[in-house]
Amino acid sequence: MPIDSSHGAGDEVLLMGNEAIARGALEAGVAVAAAYPGTPSSEIIETLSGFARPGKLYVEWSTNEKVALEVAAAASFAGLRSLCVMKQNGVNVASDFLLHLVGSGTRGGMVLVSCDDPGALSSVNEGESRHFARLVEIPLLEPADFQEAKEMTRWAFDLSEELRTIVMLRSVTRMSHASGNVRLGELPSAGGSAAFLCDGPVTDAERGPMISAPVIQKHRLQQQKVAQALKRFETSPFNAYEGPARPELLIVTSSACALYSREAVGLLGTRDRVGILKLGTTWPIPPELVKRSLAAAGRVLIVEEVLPFLEEQVKVLAAEAAGEIGIKTIQGKNDGTLPMAGELNPDLVACAVAAILGIAPPALPAAYCDTLRQYAALAPRREQTFCPGCPHRASYWSIREALRRDGRGGFVCGDIGCYAMASLFPAAGFHTAKTLHAMGSGTGLASGFGKLGGFGMEQPVIAVCGDSTFYHAAVPALINAVHQQAGIVFVVLDNSGTAMTGFQPHPGTETNAMGDRAPVVDIAALCRAIGTEVAVGDPFALRETRETLNDLLERKGGVRVLILKQSCALSPEKKGKKGFLMRVDEGLCRGDACGCNRLCTRIFRCPGLLWDRQAAKARIDEVICAGCGVCAGICPVEAIRSEEAPRL
Amino acid sequence: MTNRTLPRDPYNIVITGVGGQGNVMASRVLANMLVRRGYRVTIGETFGMSQRGGSVMSHLRVSQKAVWSPQIPKGRADLIVAIEPLEAIRVLIEYGNPGVKTLVNMRPIYPVGVITGESDYPEDGQIRAAVGELSAEAWFLDATAEAISLGNPILGNIVMIGAVAGLAELPIDGELFAAVIGEGMPAGRVEANLRAFAIGAAAAGKG
Repeated sequence: MPIDSSHGAGDEVLLMGNEAIARGALEAGVAVAAAYPGTPSSEIIETLSGFARPGKLYVEWSTNEKVALEVAAAASFAGLRSLCVMKQNGVNVASDFLLHLVGSGTRGGMVLVSCDDPGALSSVNEGESRHFARLVEIPLLEPADFQEAKEMTRWAFDLSEELRTIVMLRSVTRMSHASGNVRLGELPSAGGSAAFLCDGPVTDAERGPMISAPVIQKHRLQQQKVAQALKRFETSPFNAYEGPARPELLIVTSSACALYSREAVGLLGTRDRVGILKLGTTWPIPPELVKRSLAAAGRVLIVEEVLPFLEEQVKVLAAEAAGEIGIKTIQGKNDGTLPMAGELNPDLVACAVAAILGIAPPALPAAYCDTLRQYAALAPRREQTFCPGCPHRASYWSIREALRRDGRGGFVCGDIGCYAMASLFPAAGFHTAKTLHAMGSGTGLASGFGKLGGFGMEQPVIAVCGDSTFYHAAVPALINAVHQQAGIVFVVLDNSGTAMTGFQPHPGTETNAMGDRAPVVDIAALCRAIGTEVAVGDPFALRETRETLNDLLERKGGVRVLILKQSCALSPEKKGKKGFLMRVDEGLCRGDACGCNRLCTRIFRCPGLLWDRQAAKARIDEVICAGCGVCAGICPVEAIRSEEAPRL
Repeated sequence: MTNRTLPRDPYNIVITGVGGQGNVMASRVLANMLVRRGYRVTIGETFGMSQRGGSVMSHLRVSQKAVWSPQIPKGRADLIVAIEPLEAIRVLIEYGNPGVKTLVNMRPIYPVGVITGESDYPEDGQIRAAVGELSAEAWFLDATAEAISLGNPILGNIVMIGAVAGLAELPIDGELFAAVIGEGMPAGRVEANLRAFAIGAAAAGKG
């Protein structure tokens, strides 16, 4: 139940962290918001979309994070408040522009929200975006609860506008996707008006052109802005200490880790011994405030995710101030008190605090633990896989068959999206996908592999790429492959939307983030325009797809494109609607006597298919089956039957 | 602010199931009911890739005074609501304790490894024994069967939320549910949800 315009100032509502950030931006009068979808950040723009109005708020899903940041910056240059949102590794994509944006400065308040994913719960990396704030020298904020997520976002716009620099706000999955009570504030009524003033000299921050030169002068100016931010940080209400006046142990923490720390100290019953300094302004850390806390403390533990970012700042500060505050023992990630990879939780923090204080960590009664051990192995692992009815299962099935028939040891370069599961969980992609890196990297890697024939490499290379990933970062790699005449088969797994993150529109869809009709940038036409042959097929047609793939694999020469088009099983037009009613004809299914070695359940592995142990035959789970009909094409004796489902 | 006291503060609820069973929806509905009653609620959950056929879990922390961590400490669940039986066991192993109450929808969703014959799904009796021994009290429901009779298996999640109300541990009831579910849901779908809730409440009801 996301917030919408029916909620008013003063209402206390349950908001997801991402919704709270969106609300904060709305209360700050954001006029332009741009982003590329990525878990755990996507709900911010989705929430803002519901408030988009001409002349009041423009929202877009941009083709990638760098473009999103540029779109948002243009609004700031024209005097409007703007927001740009991305997941942690999106900041890498945007960082080249970000560095230069810091040089040019901003005008209307501009906030970059990065949602990091400690523990890589929905990522293939554990990248930490906080380092970018230090790298490019911009103020960094980290909210530690839901109300604060809203207030801090709102304040970030004020700070940005005061300093004329972009401000970064960093969330984590456990904030962005967690929910809590938030009391709403007023929404401004007036819309903004845009004009880019650019007739002044280059040094005129208000009327000059927006460029990062003269570089040394602008760089020095940015450092003055950061110093100005520090003054605000020293007295910011987002930094708070709770605990005894002279704590035995001081925890310095930020973000969700502040909640874990509070919980850990409570669990251990050590509120009278341990103090918690929760920092909301985390780059640069306010030195006077932190020094005061350090001076009062015996020992210090830094609790943060993922890398020792605060820890290193606190250690530098403690070393510089040692004469003033005494020599402090500071524990955290570097000494292994807390793990430097993976996310934290209240238990990890409690164990660390218990070890430092020399007390026992919280434990359950021994008899209960014995019972737990007895049942520990009872629940088998639940491996992730493609959904029932997912077109990717069908596509990879055909790719597997084609590569087997081809027989030259070919492989797939994977990419980012649901179809990445073929690389992460080999059985999901029938052991075909062998690389997985950044957005579009499958195509770039394939382009490289495709040039290794001269070194004796004979394995054919297939790059797979989702439709949204195609626009994001695959196009430059594909152009490279065409120009360099790399011998590859490029397969677009087009499921008509940014499925993994919740069906956000992209340049291939007929509507945009505002819900308005938008021109479609046709993937096939674009591929043809850069000089490739293009075949288009339906992945549910297994035999045709396999034959097309084998034909493309056998052809010599450069880039050969196959677009496999079939919308996602969870897409609004398909969800809950079965195309076919499936059943296994028990008379035809030969079970273990077949010789297929349970091809349908053991290899094809759709969750909608069951192996009935009593009957020793395959069966359809009608609750799970999505009715895509694909499995009818894999049974060697055609025992899996489909009939068209009645239209509801 | 409510004047109803919680059995414990924070009162920790884990709602668990398999991606696609409406776990997130169930946690939202329950949390919104409690926010309307004046509590502070924190829901911790993850979605995205973790949803695709995998185990899913929402942590609800209900309190009269504070915001709690979105992750419940290990061994600290007060109530486990499992929309799938295997997940009940998985969550009990991690968050169970001698005081925990557990509600289980007995309709299995087989992991891929079970479908392929690589691993075994525990038998009904084993599940009941494990859940029973690891819980102070346990209820076993056929929420999916009830939901199918209402026309949509997804309503199993609402049957389970009804069952939470039936326990009478928390100040929630059908009237409050109707107010919350009516928000942003087409009127045509509300009726089946109300019936699902009532079925669950009766199934776990004490009186």
